[in-house]
Amino acid sequence: MEHGSFTDNSVATFSLTDEDHTIANAVRFTLNQDPRVTFCGYSIPHPSEARVNIRVETTGDPARKVLKDACQYLMLMCRHVRCTFDKAVEDFKASNAVKAMKIDSQDSSGDDSEESE
Amino acid sequence: MAEGAGEEKKKFSIWDLPDVPVGQLPPHLELQRSRVSCNKDAPIHTESIQYSGAYASMGIDNSSRLDRFSNNFRVEVVRLNEDDMEFDMIGIDAAIANSFRRILIAELPTMAIEKVLIANNTSIIQDEVLAHRLGLVPIRVDPRLFDYLSENDQPNEKNTVVFKLHVQCKRGSPRITVKSDALKWLPNGSELVKETRNATSDSSSKPETYTYFGCSQETIPEFVKNPIIPKYPDIIIAKLGPGQEIELEAHAVKGIGKTHAKWSPVATAWYRMLPEVVLLEDIEDDLAEELKSKCPVNVFDIEDLGKGRRRATVARPRACTLCRECIRGDDWEKRVALRRVKDHFIFTIESTGALPPEVLFTEAVKILEDKCERVITELS
Repeated sequence: MEHGSFTDNSVATFSLTDEDHTIANAVRFTLNQDPRVTFCGYSIPHPSEARVNIRVETTGDPARKVLKDACQYLMLMCRHVRCTFDKAVEDFKASNAVKAMKIDSQDSSGDDSEESE
Repeated sequence: MAEGAGEEKKKFSIWDLPDVPVGQLPPHLELQRSRVSCNKDAPIHTESIQYSGAYASMGIDNSSRLDRFSNNFRVEVVRLNEDDMEFDMIGIDAAIANSFRRILIAELPTMAIEKVLIANNTSIIQDEVLAHRLGLVPIRVDPRLFDYLSENDQPNEKNTVVFKLHVQCKRGSPRITVKSDALKWLPNGSELVKETRNATSDSSSKPETYTYFGCSQETIPEFVKNPIIPKYPDIIIAKLGPGQEIELEAHAVKGIGKTHAKWSPVATAWYRMLPEVVLLEDIEDDLAEELKSKCPVNVFDIEDLGKGRRRATVARPRACTLCRECIRGDDWEKRVALRRVKDHFIFTIESTGALPPEVLFTEAVKILEDKCERVITELS
């Protein structure tokens, strides 16, 4: 739901239902990073009601488009986080497996040397 | 006189000064932007400078573009077990890290016991207390294999898991403790028969129970080798004295932590910023010994300089708990600076057992993406 003015579409307040700080703070962060934004913020009118108001003011571009771009930027960031995290977990598991194999081979070679003596 | 002064006045730019670095912030501003200074009384510079034009007058672009973020972002896993993990996220902002933490705690779905049908309870534990305790028992099953059960749906094999608990303490035998391994999984659904008002009951048709399972859950490939059981078999549910009996059936459904904490998949998930301990001046000999003994987690170490002189070094800054013992006392604030790095988060996730912690984090990121997508579709 967008509350703006018919003449000026560069400033608007967007009211999202069923949302809370989780997405509002993240979207506010990405909005702030956009150079076209002069002012952005979010508020929660009442804590018992799951509604968030996000205010966006831009340097001329339509506020709706800027908010959409910010959400898409957030999505791209999340995807990158997921890829990096998966790769890091795989690398960690692989290096642990190698370490376990090394320890096993060290133990077995130690036994062999004892038997030969 | 005034005209003479006007002619001699040149335009003076701060960039002409010899020691101002061009293209990046001067060191004191960089400290403000990227570190939280933890002083003796309170931390300062805690907010993150997010506004893209914050340093516009200095010619620095504070906006983060995707390529810069992709280059700087790193994840390093420190510890990874079946139940918990600790990893570092470097290059991300607190807003996003907090979103992940909130989703991990409250919006990842799990299976937990919701409805308890009690046939017989002669123990001293009240029905509702027993049902509450059963709800909190973590169940080792992948919640992604199930759907949500809404009010209009009928409980079937796609959205319900049925357990049975039948324990009896016979007269003359000692007291027994009912642990969570007494919960038996019923893959064919409920066994309690519903009382139908139908007078013309055909004895040939199956009696109606409280669930409507089309097929046995044992046939689903994931459950063939791994039966659904509670994650920990030694959780005490109730205690029975001689002559007491509990007979009940528990139905587990999918839910999220926001509705009730029993559906939270993490014991807890938290993050902290990387502590940075900096020695502002050389600390030698007796002062070094004093500093090393002050720290309760042994952050400092002594290194020998030769000729009997010793110097203090920071050996394990990551272990610092910011107890501020090292800056207590006179003058110590001038020698030791405690800081936190604003974009380096040490995440710890402890899972209750339904899913391994690395899967939990991946699912949490997926959920944030889904939320963004919902907002985007609402806007278009």
